[in-house]
Amino acid sequence: MHSSLWLSLLIAVPLAGALAAALVRERLNAAYRVAVGTSVIEMALSLVVAFLYNNAVPGAATFDFAGRWVLAAPFGLAYDVALDGISLLMVVLTALVVLLALLGARDTRREGAFVAWLLLLTSFTMGSFLAHDVLEFFIFFELTLVPAYFIISQWGGAQRSRAALKFFVYTFTGSAFLFVGTLYLGFAHQHQTQGALTFAYSALSSTAMSSGTATWLFVAFAIAFAVKSPIWPLHTWSPLTYAEAPTAGSIELSALLAKLGSYGLLRFAFALFPLAQANVRPVMLSLAVIGIIYGSALAAVTPDLKRLVAFSSLAQMGFITLGIMTGSKIAMVGAVLLMFNHGVITVGFFLLIGFIEKRRGSATIADLTGWQGPAPVLAALFTVVMLASIGLPGLSGFVSEYLILIGAFATHAWWALVGTLGVVLAALYLLWAYQRVFHGRHHGEAISDASARERWVMVPVVVLIVALGVFPRPVLDRISPSVQQVIEHVAPAGVSK
Amino acid sequence: MTSLMPSIHYLAVLPAALVLGASVLALILTSLVRGGISTRTSTGISVLAGLATLVVTFFQWSYVAHHGATTTIDHAIVLDGFSVVATGVLAVSLIMAALVAHDWLSRSAVSGPQFHILALAASAGALVMVQANDLVVIFLGLEILSIGLYVLVALDRHRASSSEAALKYFLLGGFASAIFIYGAALVYGATGTTNVSSISYFLAGNVLLRPGLLWAGGALLLVGFAFKVAAVPFHLWSPDVYEGAPTPVTGFMASIVKVGAFAALVRVIISALGTQMDTWRPILFALVVLTTLVGASMALIQRNVKRMLAYSSINHAGFILLGVWSATTRGNAATLFYLMTYAPIVVATFAVVALVGGARDDAHAIDRYRGLARRQPLLGGALAILLLSQLGVPLTTGFYAKFAVLASAVDAGGGALAVIALLAAAIAAFFYLRWVLALYAEEPVELDRVVVGRASALVIGLGVAITLVFGVWPGPLAALASHATVLFTP
Repeated sequence: MHSSLWLSLLIAVPLAGALAAALVRERLNAAYRVAVGTSVIEMALSLVVAFLYNNAVPGAATFDFAGRWVLAAPFGLAYDVALDGISLLMVVLTALVVLLALLGARDTRREGAFVAWLLLLTSFTMGSFLAHDVLEFFIFFELTLVPAYFIISQWGGAQRSRAALKFFVYTFTGSAFLFVGTLYLGFAHQHQTQGALTFAYSALSSTAMSSGTATWLFVAFAIAFAVKSPIWPLHTWSPLTYAEAPTAGSIELSALLAKLGSYGLLRFAFALFPLAQANVRPVMLSLAVIGIIYGSALAAVTPDLKRLVAFSSLAQMGFITLGIMTGSKIAMVGAVLLMFNHGVITVGFFLLIGFIEKRRGSATIADLTGWQGPAPVLAALFTVVMLASIGLPGLSGFVSEYLILIGAFATHAWWALVGTLGVVLAALYLLWAYQRVFHGRHHGEAISDASARERWVMVPVVVLIVALGVFPRPVLDRISPSVQQVIEHVAPAGVSK
Repeated sequence: MTSLMPSIHYLAVLPAALVLGASVLALILTSLVRGGISTRTSTGISVLAGLATLVVTFFQWSYVAHHGATTTIDHAIVLDGFSVVATGVLAVSLIMAALVAHDWLSRSAVSGPQFHILALAASAGALVMVQANDLVVIFLGLEILSIGLYVLVALDRHRASSSEAALKYFLLGGFASAIFIYGAALVYGATGTTNVSSISYFLAGNVLLRPGLLWAGGALLLVGFAFKVAAVPFHLWSPDVYEGAPTPVTGFMASIVKVGAFAALVRVIISALGTQMDTWRPILFALVVLTTLVGASMALIQRNVKRMLAYSSINHAGFILLGVWSATTRGNAATLFYLMTYAPIVVATFAVVALVGGARDDAHAIDRYRGLARRQPLLGGALAILLLSQLGVPLTTGFYAKFAVLASAVDAGGGALAVIALLAAAIAAFFYLRWVLALYAEEPVELDRVVVGRASALVIGLGVAITLVFGVWPGPLAALASHATVLFTP
């Protein structure tokens, strides 16, 4: 077992970076350099952790780097971190996304404050993925709202105030259910053990409860995660918020905060309440499938590129939910992989849309046409990201969607059948949008092609898309044992292997 | 000889005696010293009295830790962990409120030592309330507190709204007091005593064949308390009074009255009537639902920040009632913890409002705050933190306060109630955030800089420090609150 210090560093480094950036905010470029430096360190740390990670720790299952300190005993409050294959992937994604958002979507308006909020958000997101305690997870989960709120409300588009409020209140309301569910679970466990109040993940996961209680608790947890993900029908905050947020904010929201939702669904709602599975699975699978079709349909008709990605994310989140809720190992591995791949792909999309917006001042599809001629590199980059999102074999999106669908076909064929339609629809709306933006005759003012900086920022995105499409094995090897662990915990209650 | 004169435990009554003594001292000095005493001197007296009380609570705490809880003066006054911690909270609120008032008195047309004399007297009333173990003594404390406040609310004679608010507060407060004392009389009729411990023994040992008298009495007591803490539907006075009163007085009221009234409410409901909890639970349930929801929703439509904070404090009262509803040791600790964290935050918030309100104390439209955090990052940032703390964001004490009461409610089987309260908190998020949005708005219009006095800066800094330090590390406060309730005796 490795020291938990590594994980604490992952949380503390961006926190220190945020503080440093806030302190030097008056000096030109200083805050930005601090932020980039911090996120490079963070990226390096996450890679070190990825290589050190050991998926067979005696007594701790697939959790490594564990450490626990009680902070306030009467509240059962503790700082408890640990990492398994699933969180590992999310940690790497977090570090990567922030680095790319900083490099590719620089916002020079009051930059010191902006990067400070961004780093703060990174720290809280890291905390959520590393939390090995349900209450601690909730606290970090809730904390992410504050920096996200300030980023949207101060650096967003014309309707930023409305978008920020809508985002905050929706998520806050969802969290109310998670909060009460968490408290209930903690006390149920305390009454059973007659011990001290604790919210430790490993302790709570062995709480005995009736299938009715489990179902209610699952619903309470799932509401919070469905808002965050978003899962249909609790998604209605997302199009406005994604569209109004500044580019870096949209990236954080869709590539990271959305993953908090699906990560929470898998780690907590799914794994803590095995007895709820039989009751909730048909509902959750149906919501996932509706989300896929609904998101794809709206993505096809929306006039705005950012909203298009928002709706396409809704569809992708549907795939992830489908994969998780089938309870089949292959599909769940695919879902975790898709969480990562979707993160990378959306970063690519939003960066590219940001580049387009910078040139044209608009992300409305009707304002854009014939960009292929003047900007061939931009068009090529867009094509790669788009094809990965559609699920072209050889690119990353294919592997994850394929795993989800074959897993789902084996266990829940009807839902999988409808879900597969989503793959076709994705090709439809993405290709159509591509045609309208890049094909045709260009008119209006001249536009420049991708600058060197923009090209370099996109390199990691393209490399990951191709690498994980061709050779996903190292990643799958790290996810599989942890997913197996979750399934073995849930399986005695009747989940198919 | 001894039978007529009950023994007095002087350590137990020292806080109230000290604070009342300070009030009298200031009064005497005012009449003896030629030209009256300066604002600085009277503030000094208030702050020193508060600090001395704080020191006394340490001795009281160690006494209670070694000798256990005790009662004195014929069991009318109680000295236990609960009262000691509540006393400490009152002392801190008094110090902070006196400092806020100091800046206001130095720059406004209202001057003189009246504020401090009255505030000290009112605080003595609140101190009596948190230690009272007898319905009559609770009433006594309540009246001392209220009469001081009626005058304090009317202190700003240059504004008609101040007098208007005082009259409203006085009339409705008089009604509430009458209802309370009537309730006490009915409870006396039903149980033959007004002593909290005796009522509790009586009810534990006897079955009332016709409990109507007790129910009516308890209900009237509850109405009296609900009025004082501004629980819906007895809240109608509070927005007008909060708005009309001079802002430092509003801050003082919001903290001191809540602490005093809730501490006494816990004693009456949990200690005296604890055996009848099944009767009171549904009523408290309705009070919590109405108070949290109405407080949050009505705050949404206010344009005046003082009215908004009035409704916000109604919303908070609903949350504190949630701890009372639980009626468990955990619930009492949660109530106490909520008061400990809420009091300093609300005084600090009103300190900012008092500063922004200007010399005439009338600039309280939310538009006055537009861009404040851009022009004065420290002041605006501090207000943003205080508001986020009231909203209940993690890493602030406001989160753990809500956590504590919700946890106690869930533990006592009130999952549904906790969800309702949290949904109210989500509604409340709207107006706190709207205010925060205004703070950070890009404002082309240049408004005057808000002048921050040293005393107010100290209070605001203290409020922010308390909410952040204990927000990250709530361990000590949580332990204090739960120890205080372990010692709590009926």
